Amino acid sequence: MMSTVFSLNGTKVAFDGDPDMPLLWYLRDHAGLTGTKYGCGIAACGACTVHVDGSAARSCVLPMQSLAGKNISTIENLGANGLHAVQRAWIEEDVPQCGYCQAGQLMAAADLLKRVPVPSDSDIATISNLCRCGTYPRIRKAIHRAAAMLREEADA
Amino acid sequence: MSTLSRRAFMQLSATALGGLVFNVGFPARAKAFADRVQGPWVFVRIDPDQPIVIGARGAEIGQGVKTSLPMLIAEELDVGWPQVKVEQLPYALIPAETEAGIAAKYGPQGAGGSTSIPDGFEELRQVGAKLRRVLMQAAAERWQTPIEALSTRDGRVLHADGREIAYAQLAARAAELPISEDPVALKSAKDFRIIGKATRVADAEDIVTGRATFGIDARVDGALVAMIARCPYFEGDIESLDGRAALAVPGVRHVVRIPRPDPDKGLVTNLAAGVAVVADDTWSAKKGRDALKVTWKRGPWSGDSSAALEQKALRALDDPGSSFDDARSDGDFAAARASAARVIEADYFMPFLAHCTMEPQNAFIDLREDSALLIASMQSPGGASRMINAMTGINRLNIDIRMPRAGGGFGRRLENDFVAEAVHIAKAIGKPLRLIWTREDDMQNDWYRPSGVHRLAATLDENGALTGWSHRAAASDRRFRLPDFADASSWIACLDPDAFPAGCIANYQAEFMPLEFGLARGWWRGPLPSFTAFAIQSFVDEIAAAAGQDPLAFRLKLLGEAREMPYSDHGGPTIHTGRLAGVLKRAANEIGYGINTLPEGHGIGMAVHFVFGGYTAHAMQVSVREGRVRVHRCVCVTDVGQVVNPLGVEAQMMGATIDGLSTALNLQITVHDGKIEQGNFPDYPLLRMADAPDVEVHILHTEFAPSGAGEMGIPTVAPALTNAIFAASGKRIRRLPIGNQLQS
Ligand code: FES
Ligand code: FES
Repeated sequence: MMSTVFSLNGTKVAFDGDPDMPLLWYLRDHAGLTGTKYGCGIAACGACTVHVDGSAARSCVLPMQSLAGKNISTIENLGANGLHAVQRAWIEEDVPQCGYCQAGQLMAAADLLKRVPVPSDSDIATISNLCRCGTYPRIRKAIHRAAAMLREEADA
Repeated sequence: MSTLSRRAFMQLSATALGGLVFNVGFPARAKAFADRVQGPWVFVRIDPDQPIVIGARGAEIGQGVKTSLPMLIAEELDVGWPQVKVEQLPYALIPAETEAGIAAKYGPQGAGGSTSIPDGFEELRQVGAKLRRVLMQAAAERWQTPIEALSTRDGRVLHADGREIAYAQLAARAAELPISEDPVALKSAKDFRIIGKATRVADAEDIVTGRATFGIDARVDGALVAMIARCPYFEGDIESLDGRAALAVPGVRHVVRIPRPDPDKGLVTNLAAGVAVVADDTWSAKKGRDALKVTWKRGPWSGDSSAALEQKALRALDDPGSSFDDARSDGDFAAARASAARVIEADYFMPFLAHCTMEPQNAFIDLREDSALLIASMQSPGGASRMINAMTGINRLNIDIRMPRAGGGFGRRLENDFVAEAVHIAKAIGKPLRLIWTREDDMQNDWYRPSGVHRLAATLDENGALTGWSHRAAASDRRFRLPDFADASSWIACLDPDAFPAGCIANYQAEFMPLEFGLARGWWRGPLPSFTAFAIQSFVDEIAAAAGQDPLAFRLKLLGEAREMPYSDHGGPTIHTGRLAGVLKRAANEIGYGINTLPEGHGIGMAVHFVFGGYTAHAMQVSVREGRVRVHRCVCVTDVGQVVNPLGVEAQMMGATIDGLSTALNLQITVHDGKIEQGNFPDYPLLRMADAPDVEVHILHTEFAPSGAGEMGIPTVAPALTNAIFAASGKRIRRLPIGNQLQS
């Protein structure tokens, strides 16, 4: 069997297991990265959101065989060099309740801010990740705050 | 007094670093046991040059107790919150001179009924206050001064002459001093420096970096992964099983039958018969489960449907010969009805609901000869401990239970059926394992919120004054397979007989008829109030409209004088009409009811209810266009008495409001052919960001005892929304969820 070689949080890795295994289960069961969460398995909730080549993707429907040559980055890597603005804004706005959806929300928000540095409420509404605890109002505030932080940092 | 102070005593000991730990003590005869299980967990640890560690005893399910309970200790210990590091405590029992020979080491640790704060408010402050006292004694001794000359601030003892010393420097000596067995004096509320201050989630940084662990993240070397195919028919069974193809899937190690629970056994274990596939990892377990060849026996309920249940409820309500259970009767409603100038009647329909916690159910278990380790997301760790003991005979003192964060609870995790499943499998394979449920497993194997029909009737005299109120409900009742419910009233969690307007109307009656149904029923966030407030608060609105009165003025008039009245359910013993009126008036005011001119097509609706000792009102401004309701403003006012963490209370109110909107708009579980029809989020469409309004939360700061906050924000959401829809469009919604009813 050919192994699939890709980069995971900046490190090159090879995978020779079942090519159909979704990335989510590889991360959680084999790579020891449990920050990425399972919520639905059918791309309907966003709890499993990671970045593939810099863009948000739902890892529960990404088979390992599709990852050759890709750069995968998970929540564990988001703040690896100091907390990302979204992470700081999340803490300041006191977003998490149970916290289970938040890794996925943060990965989606970081992706949004890269594409849309000054997002409107309707840009934010394109994030379709579910939060069963209903933290949406604070997520919205936190994304605006993170956008402001990033602008300030860019100006500095 | 509480378990903690009655049955256990507090104990100080020195640490290797020259500090102290403050913990629950053990009787001398249990010394060896104490040495073995005391572990690294403590209520408080003070070491030089270290953060002050405070243990969080409650199950954290998103309601914020990992922050608010340690705040209580920190307040009376008089340390600065930034000096504190919070650590989760495990569930723990200790030997005790009780009938069962055991007691809860840290006091109550479960999460249910919004009781963590009321339970801990005195008890945990005493923990902090007693420790502060010995630290002051150590300082008094060192300075040869009376203790009265000393005070404390931010983790230091201060002398009136200006000298001061850090707790950590006193810790070694304080560890040798006796701790008071009697309650010591507590601060008065005006001196609080932590309680009442906005405090962020203690472990937020762990959460946003993915380091925080939930039950599903338990990783123990060598543990296998199990998934179960469950019988989809209530009380059904395995008819035939061929596990060969499953065993042939690479990575699959075992195929195990899970027996059907025996409903007559008096022990609630797993929900359904099933077949477990145990494998090296999740993906092989899933593939193995997909490869199972299994057929199911239909159980006794296989013809049931939710539509038929509703018909049954309506027949019971229509049949003059039906006999209902009498929950409360004041005056004579029948006479009021006979002499009424006008009778108003309406039916309100409540669907089954799933809990749908974001983290599906799961459990890690390692069963040994005479000990066990359980790691799971739970609301009732004590229940899990009893269940493991009942299923294995292992002494409860030897069952080690860890409580990671739970990815939501909402009442689902008060049941421990997933623990029972894990125990069944572990007994069969003799190895540690983690059981994981898929979303479909979770949605189809829940303890659903009951379903039924409320029929309300009101009588008016010739002047349009309300003379009588009757509330009849027929529903699949809450008493499902639970032996401890043998003596519970049939209407438990389905009828709120002492809620408003009871006591405000001379002729009042509340009656209930339980309907048999196969689907498991459980507690769902604010169980009783969230099942009844929709009917009550909609009907009040309907009466006001029929009598040509303003809905706010009508409610306030009914509430009458501010007074306390008896309330026999959870959250009692009294309900206060003044507090109901207080939150309602404030909500009306905040949304500008009767003050602001509304745009064409907009309407305001409101609702108020008593929830487990707290009082909440919602007011919403909506418009209805093209069959869809849009919420323009959403105000939530709550009075939960003394507030421990306003930021946490605000989060609970926001979250519960969103939960309430989500549920009222679109959520229901339906049953057809004896099976659940929904499977994953597309069938159970929770609200997403695009439809989530901002929630304007106002917390009334009152001096009543604290009530907790997790459930107070949900019951009034649906009726405030549907009352607003009526105000905006003239369309009265009497069936939840709203779904596409606005399209006609
Ligand atoms: S788990 Fe991947 S989107 Fe839900
Ligand atoms: S914080 Fe609990 S699901 Fe989002």
